[in-house]
Amino acid sequence: MKIRNNAYFITGGILSALLTVIIVVGLFWTPYSTTAMNAKEKMQPPSAMHILGTDNFGRDLFSRVMEGAGTSFLIAVMVVVIGCAAGILIGSLCGYFGGLADIILMHICDTITAFPAILLALVIISITGGGAMNIVLALGILFIPSFARVVRTEYAACRDLNYIKSARLMGVSTPRILYAHILPNTLPVLIPAVTIGFNNAVLAEASMSFLGIGIQPPQASLGSMLKDSQNYLNSAPWYALGTGLAVVLLILAFSLLSEGVQQGSRRK
Amino acid sequence: MKLVLKKIISLIITLFVVSLLAFLAFQIIPGDPTTKILGTSATPEKVAQLRSELGLDRPVMIRYLDWLGSFVRGEFGTSYTYRRDVSVLLSDKLPVTVLLTVISFLITVVISVPLGILAGSTRRKWVDHIFVILDQVLMAIPPFFFGIISCFLFGIVLKWFMPGNFISLKESPARCIAYLILPAVCLALPRIAMTVRMLRSSVQEELAQNYVLTARSRGLSRGGIIQRHVLKNAMIPVVTFLAVSAAEIMTGTIIIEQVFTIPGTGRLLVSSIGNRDFPVVQAIIVILAAWIVIVNFAADMLNRWMDPRMRVE
Repeated sequence: MKIRNNAYFITGGILSALLTVIIVVGLFWTPYSTTAMNAKEKMQPPSAMHILGTDNFGRDLFSRVMEGAGTSFLIAVMVVVIGCAAGILIGSLCGYFGGLADIILMHICDTITAFPAILLALVIISITGGGAMNIVLALGILFIPSFARVVRTEYAACRDLNYIKSARLMGVSTPRILYAHILPNTLPVLIPAVTIGFNNAVLAEASMSFLGIGIQPPQASLGSMLKDSQNYLNSAPWYALGTGLAVVLLILAFSLLSEGVQQGSRRK
Repeated sequence: MKLVLKKIISLIITLFVVSLLAFLAFQIIPGDPTTKILGTSATPEKVAQLRSELGLDRPVMIRYLDWLGSFVRGEFGTSYTYRRDVSVLLSDKLPVTVLLTVISFLITVVISVPLGILAGSTRRKWVDHIFVILDQVLMAIPPFFFGIISCFLFGIVLKWFMPGNFISLKESPARCIAYLILPAVCLALPRIAMTVRMLRSSVQEELAQNYVLTARSRGLSRGGIIQRHVLKNAMIPVVTFLAVSAAEIMTGTIIIEQVFTIPGTGRLLVSSIGNRDFPVVQAIIVILAAWIVIVNFAADMLNRWMDPRMRVE
């Protein structure tokens, strides 16, 4: 993969590295307290002291965005980890062994992907109730098919290649063939799937928290902050704009990254 | 023709399975709907009476067939919170959502198809770059943030409209549609970006094919080839994608209705999930799911009609 000189990859890489640093720092330290209220500094526009301004309780918005982005980021990462791990497991077994189970499972995957993830997540959440853990589980399960699909295609293509056949003849165990020999070959399709999945997860979590059925207060995510900010659009527009911009940057960074990777691998 | 028949049968089976799943999903909810209606302090006799009134004492499969039968007839049950027929609740909300979806979908198609063809066929490097960058940025902006920005910009700064001051379809259809245009655009923008991106790569792929070279060497103009030959092939994957878009837009209304406070099905769905008003949730989910299945079926049929290769099997 020749991706070094790709403008999208570089921009996306720098942006996502920067955001990741801010988010990781935000897990341990924020410039101001994210909970302490300060009536004197209510709804301050952005200034040198508060670069994104303050909200209706006088809390520093940059600190709040750091915290909220952290929640959104962690949820998205967990969703992708669940979806990707289960997807690799199902995809590898289906692709390698084939048979009736493969046909049935892939049919189920196709049916699930036909429905927008948010709609299915809403169904699950309406039954199980909201909260961070339920969101992660619901979205994680719904993201399995997209990973299983791409992984399965690669495994089915690799199954009968000579190097796998010879590995089998040499007595390499099946798990080792599956995950040490074939898995690295799926990386070119898996990496874009992971970045796209991450973006979809950020978007889905933000949408659900925005609807008020995702992250519940006092915990804040970018989506739930945007929901609150809508009430102050008239008096404190920076609240909504700053928070929304954080969502956009987070998604943009990773989609630029995946665009760069895809262009780089295509040129090969 | 035989294939179409097969497809229709498979559509009906899919609708059956979807309805069964939607029904069963709401059967495994912990807690009895009777406690929701009567409260926790109800006497066992009253609970038993209500259970038989609601038909909850019969086997699951019988209840499913019963429910499906009345669903097809347009009776969606009674809302727990509003104590009214769900169909009555939906009758003035569904048209708004459908209208919003249709407007948004039309905007998506009308804008993205010409732009996608332009993006795919341009030979200017900078135009291509602008398209790619614009696509990336537009795809990164969630529709509800577009909504918030446009409420701020057009509602508060420019004062073109009052966010939240929805005019119902009965009051004035024209002003209702006018109010819906901005949310429709917000919903359409990311879909437009995705469709343009898709059509762009599809057209580029087709343009690299040998038949284009042959046609060129026979003296056909580039524009003519694109119109007559390339588009026919390039549109095929896009039609499938537009079907997905129609489904996504319908789901997207759930969120955008919240931003613009449009009293449609989406708002009802969200408040019903909050109230755990399951008959309403169930009805809306099944309607949305049926819509998605049917749209996908239509796209499949359209594809078959457009692409003769798919008819041979």
